[in-house]
Amino acid sequence: MKYLSEYRDPELVQQYLEQIHQVTTQPWKIMEICGGQTHSLVKNGILEMLPEQITMVHGPGCPVCVTPVSIIDEAVWLAKQPDTIICSFGDMLRVPGSQKSLLEAKAEGADVRILYSPLEAVQLAKQNPDKEIVFFAVGFETTAPANALSIVHADTNGVKNYSILASHVLVPPAMEAILGDPENQIDAFLAAGHVCTIMGTEEYYPVVEKYKTPVVITGFEPVDLLQGILMAVQQLEKGEYKLENQYTRYVQREGNRMAKQTMEQVFTVNDRMWRGIGTIPQSGFEVNDRYRQYNARVKFRIDIPLARENPSCISGDIMKGLKKPFQCPNFGTHCKPEHPLGAPMVSSEGACAAYYHYSAATQPA
Amino acid sequence: MQLSCPMPKFDFDVITLGHGSGGLLTHKLLQSGVFDILKNDLLDQQHDGASFELNGRVAFSSDSYVITPAFFPGGNIGELAVNGTVNDLAMCGAIPQYLSLAFIIEEGLPMTEFWEILSGIKAAALKANISIVTGDTKVVEKGKGDKIFINTSGIGRIHPKANIHHKNIRPGDKVIISGNIATHGIAIMSVRKGLEFETTIESDTVNLNHTVKKLLDRFGNDIRFLRDPTRGGVASVLNEIAELTQLGFELDQKNIPVEEQVDGACEMLGLDPLYVANEGLFIAVVNPAIAEEYLTLLRQDEIGKNAAIIGEAGTEHPGKVLLKSRIGGRRVVNYLTGEQLPRIC
Repeated sequence: MKYLSEYRDPELVQQYLEQIHQVTTQPWKIMEICGGQTHSLVKNGILEMLPEQITMVHGPGCPVCVTPVSIIDEAVWLAKQPDTIICSFGDMLRVPGSQKSLLEAKAEGADVRILYSPLEAVQLAKQNPDKEIVFFAVGFETTAPANALSIVHADTNGVKNYSILASHVLVPPAMEAILGDPENQIDAFLAAGHVCTIMGTEEYYPVVEKYKTPVVITGFEPVDLLQGILMAVQQLEKGEYKLENQYTRYVQREGNRMAKQTMEQVFTVNDRMWRGIGTIPQSGFEVNDRYRQYNARVKFRIDIPLARENPSCISGDIMKGLKKPFQCPNFGTHCKPEHPLGAPMVSSEGACAAYYHYSAATQPA
Repeated sequence: MQLSCPMPKFDFDVITLGHGSGGLLTHKLLQSGVFDILKNDLLDQQHDGASFELNGRVAFSSDSYVITPAFFPGGNIGELAVNGTVNDLAMCGAIPQYLSLAFIIEEGLPMTEFWEILSGIKAAALKANISIVTGDTKVVEKGKGDKIFINTSGIGRIHPKANIHHKNIRPGDKVIISGNIATHGIAIMSVRKGLEFETTIESDTVNLNHTVKKLLDRFGNDIRFLRDPTRGGVASVLNEIAELTQLGFELDQKNIPVEEQVDGACEMLGLDPLYVANEGLFIAVVNPAIAEEYLTLLRQDEIGKNAAIIGEAGTEHPGKVLLKSRIGGRRVVNYLTGEQLPRIC
């Protein structure tokens, strides 16, 4: 595949690995923000190719994993309403709420559909004027523009039976929450290349300055990741801290202006609960007042008791990088992908699922 | 393969509950359609079951087919229902002989579609050289099925030189895949409602029995184990073998054949081709001494032209499947849990 195979080139990988081994003189903890990066690291066997002194810590950048139980409960509640079709990206279906998952609701007869794009959901609304279509809008700054666009699209076309259940979260506030934690051990960050493709680079400068921590915007393929790690280690070894961009083939300083405008048009920034981490101020998107008729929470007056997280799941510690999945007493025993206690074991981007699926080879006995 | 059997004149344009009642409509449907197209001596007896002689070791296998959509690029549920059971028999080292065929049809299925499925069944049975000797037709109310479900069960004589059993697998044995992986699963997904994407990928559903027989004729019990990696894909089959044998399997990702379009679709959908369903594909574990020769013979057949040695059995990490990634890292390949679901980003 053109534009992919180049970044999976074994020779280039070797070159970067050699350089990383050469420049590393002391232990460093580097957090990759995005779950996609975590999976690429584990799936390609990169973790065991790195010098022992480098510990990769898997960050909270999996939208499925950080969606709190209470929002899954809202989705399940919506799915059970008469004449309602709830649409979602595939990953969300298996995540357990306090009672059940969307997949279980589907098995009990709810109309739950997997879609690839929220615009398809608007189309579905047009085709089913006697039904209410709700799109479960989960994701970081990457999926938010398309979800915002779906509302603009519905509004322009007079589609009234469409709404979204927003569960959008933002990367920089999460980074600040991690760095501001008194227990923080992270020396440098690999920021998520696709998020920065949308948002640009500006909002990361203050984080770098405030916490004196290197941030390298990094892609997802093996060569990307190794180059990003090398850039981070080079800064750390020199005692520098700055924002660098490894993912220059996509990321520009100003980001995608049109995407940002659409998000600003439809969303407002609010405090958001992160599963396992707690509430982070100004860390999420909600549909703004202008478009409130497309906000499922307003439209359906969802009123259900706030559910508590499963206390035996340590997903917060996992996503803050304080613990590895192997350090959880339930990992692989009481918590498996088929019976997950928490979302990191469910999502294809979750750190626990990545370790469970791919890395038993390196699992300590 | 499509046969040009003209559709006979039926009284109805669609299948109705009456067609499964056992009464006149059932009789008419069978007489003017099913029996004619599937004609053979045993079926022509039109008895409650087929009676025939069986000698020696026999393999017996059954499978139900509920695929949606029933028509997909490269085939339909009818062909799949024949090929699937034929291939299961072939994987036992058997030469498929007789097949049963049972339909559960949802009321309202257009007669033209039923005929197309039936034609697919006939074509596949002819190609695999298997006789359909008994069967059943039931019709369920609208909404209680998904167009059509098919069950087939098959019987075949075990090849005299075959000794297919996981207990025969030894450390050092080679794992050989007969062709490109993940093609069928992606072809189905490309037409599934809500996920449609444009592609020219077609399912590779096909009977494997003739190729397997040819290989067994030549290599006999040097072929230790055979399995077709349908649902759950290549990864699940290898995990099963690893668990049963308590040997470790090591795969080399760069040798695993995946067609470029399929690889691209997997990339886009966030799926791992190792877990995607296959048809018309089989995994063999063979004595390393014959591996190259086996590969040469297999590649002579159309279905084996992309065959490759993808890994081997060993004593390290017993019960586990490991993959050497393209860039040289190693990871575990685990069982698939649940369904592979498309990811968010």
